[in-house]
Amino acid sequence: MPSCDGTPSGAAPPLLAARGLSRSFGRRRVLHDIHLTLEPGEALAVAGPNGAGKSTLLRLLAGLMRPSAGEVQVMGRPVRGEEGKARRVIGLLSHQSLLYDDLTLLENLTFAARLYGIARPREAAMAALEQAGLAARAEELPRRLSRGLLQRAAIARTRLHSPRLLLLDEPFTALDAASAERLRSELRDSLEAGLGVVLVTHHLAEVWGVATRIAVLVEGRWVWEEPRPGELDEFVSRYRGLVGA
Amino acid sequence: MPETFRLALAVAGKDIRAELRSRTALLSAIVFAALVLVVFNFARDPTALAVVDLAPSVLWVTFALAAMLALNRAFTIERENAAIDGLLLAPLPRGALFAGKLLANLAFVCTVEAITLPLFVLFFNVDLSGSWPGIVGVTLLATIGFVAVGTIFSAMAVRTRFAELMLPVLLLPFMVPPLIGAVQVTSRLLAGRPLSEMLGWLRLLALYDVVFVTLCAMAFSAVVDE
Amino acid sequence: MTAGRAIVRRGFTLIALAFAGLAGVYILVLGYTPIEARQGLAQKIFYLHVPAAWCSLMAFSLVGIASALYLWLHEPRLDRFAAASAEVGVAFSAVMLTTGPIWAKPIWGTWWTWDARLTLTLFLFFLFIGYLALRAAVHEPSERARFSAVVGILGMLLVPFIHLSVYLFRTLHPQPIVLKPSAPSLPPEMLRTLLISMAVFTLLYLGLVTTRYGIALKEEAKEEAADAS
Repeated sequence: MPSCDGTPSGAAPPLLAARGLSRSFGRRRVLHDIHLTLEPGEALAVAGPNGAGKSTLLRLLAGLMRPSAGEVQVMGRPVRGEEGKARRVIGLLSHQSLLYDDLTLLENLTFAARLYGIARPREAAMAALEQAGLAARAEELPRRLSRGLLQRAAIARTRLHSPRLLLLDEPFTALDAASAERLRSELRDSLEAGLGVVLVTHHLAEVWGVATRIAVLVEGRWVWEEPRPGELDEFVSRYRGLVGA
Repeated sequence: MPETFRLALAVAGKDIRAELRSRTALLSAIVFAALVLVVFNFARDPTALAVVDLAPSVLWVTFALAAMLALNRAFTIERENAAIDGLLLAPLPRGALFAGKLLANLAFVCTVEAITLPLFVLFFNVDLSGSWPGIVGVTLLATIGFVAVGTIFSAMAVRTRFAELMLPVLLLPFMVPPLIGAVQVTSRLLAGRPLSEMLGWLRLLALYDVVFVTLCAMAFSAVVDE
Repeated sequence: MTAGRAIVRRGFTLIALAFAGLAGVYILVLGYTPIEARQGLAQKIFYLHVPAAWCSLMAFSLVGIASALYLWLHEPRLDRFAAASAEVGVAFSAVMLTTGPIWAKPIWGTWWTWDARLTLTLFLFFLFIGYLALRAAVHEPSERARFSAVVGILGMLLVPFIHLSVYLFRTLHPQPIVLKPSAPSLPPEMLRTLLISMAVFTLLYLGLVTTRYGIALKEEAKEEAADAS
């Protein structure tokens, strides 16, 4: 049975490790005995058809969902437990912005900074907005922003607490080409800085240029995993064959 | 411990700031309370029952109904843009999240009560001089109890299709002990009765608060964590 | 499918036994127990009323205990049991609440009194309804189990407060004296019959819960088969 392991970097525990991960909803099993490791600098793209369990897997990795069996560890610590201290190094980016519609961007990020116990939250929030090129929009409400700008604000919120592991759930959804390229470039920079990335996608072409490993999940099981092959077309045809798309 | 408190205040502050900007829930609850008072006024026969006999029940039924309108707000805002995931991902102890939501809910419900009480004095011509500190006190004591249970139930209710119906169906039985206690104490306060006559009820209210705030804080994780 | 069916069969056996017991109680009540001096023949509903109220209280306490255990152990069987107990409990309390007024009107002249037993059963009824309504409104099984468990535990802890409120209310607002010979100083025939009746009702409760549990198992198995196909 395929395990989905990265190349270990010395004696330190992997950045992200999942062993024997299963999840059932009532009697319906959605994930079967999933193993996975991720090391710094790696970007794992999790692809597969709808209903394969990709989003469930991501939520389990983030510690947002309790596994029916198995455990997820981040840097050697359980992701659920100790009041979530291990989650401090995780940043989540979803196709939803996780922002409050009634608070300005600055207020949103200041609150996030407070949640993570960052000293001088307001300044940290402002700095993050400046870095994202959103300083001019600091006093605006999320509903006034275009999708691309909203995604930028969501990214700023995600990176505010300097996470070591980024979990992304179909982040390219509804993004225009320019914003998508900007996101890809940011992710590459993060990888170079030693972060680890797990990307859930059902549109493989989106993650080309970022992913260093690709794994395919079908009906809750890994069916295929390997470092990114060279050619997009060959890969896509193999993928289609597996997924039956 | 102080960290938990700081986080709870951050959550409460965020809720209050968001509500002050939109004000919809707060204003709706206040208008609703005023309307209920008006209806009560026309629904009674002034010659049959003295105001003082009816007043505490009217006041507390109004408080209870208005509170239920305000309670679902706390978790409805977390559903927009999946903001709740941001809260749950952070290393935020669930007890602190509950405390923050409870404090915010208390702020709203007490604001509605603070505006309803003068309206009540106005419409029903009640004399509160001398008894008003006691009334404020018992209001706070009773409100804490049912808002605590309302907070945890609204966290569940908003995940169902008919949250506005689900919350009252779950919550109303739990509102009865605080309501009975509050009405009994309020009516004695209005009648100028000595404190000794209210002690039993006040003890009931205090015990209810302690038991249910603690229990709801402990059970909160089971509700919000998948 | 077969596990469920076996349990349902066991449940039916218990129910049949309970009904046999009920027939026996009926005979005892009509022939064996004395007629109460002040209330006359109609007082005899006491032998059905008290056990029914007791069963709804027991049903709810078991819902509460199973709920607490579920949150600790995450065992789906506990959730299934709690749901079965709640359904049986709502039936017992509904029966008690409808027969109560029907009996009370000729005896006391009023449909309802706020006496301790009726009030408590009324609250149990509403708690059951809330519990079952929540279960009906949440579709995902583990979420439904978690949410119901919280309501079950909170509800179980509400019961003493209702009791306390009614007690405080009554000591300050004495109700018209209602005769309920539930004090220990019952003549032995009454006490014996009452205890037998309680045992029979408990048996009925067990039979009904077992049956309901079995039916739930069968339904889940059927859904699983439907999902797989």
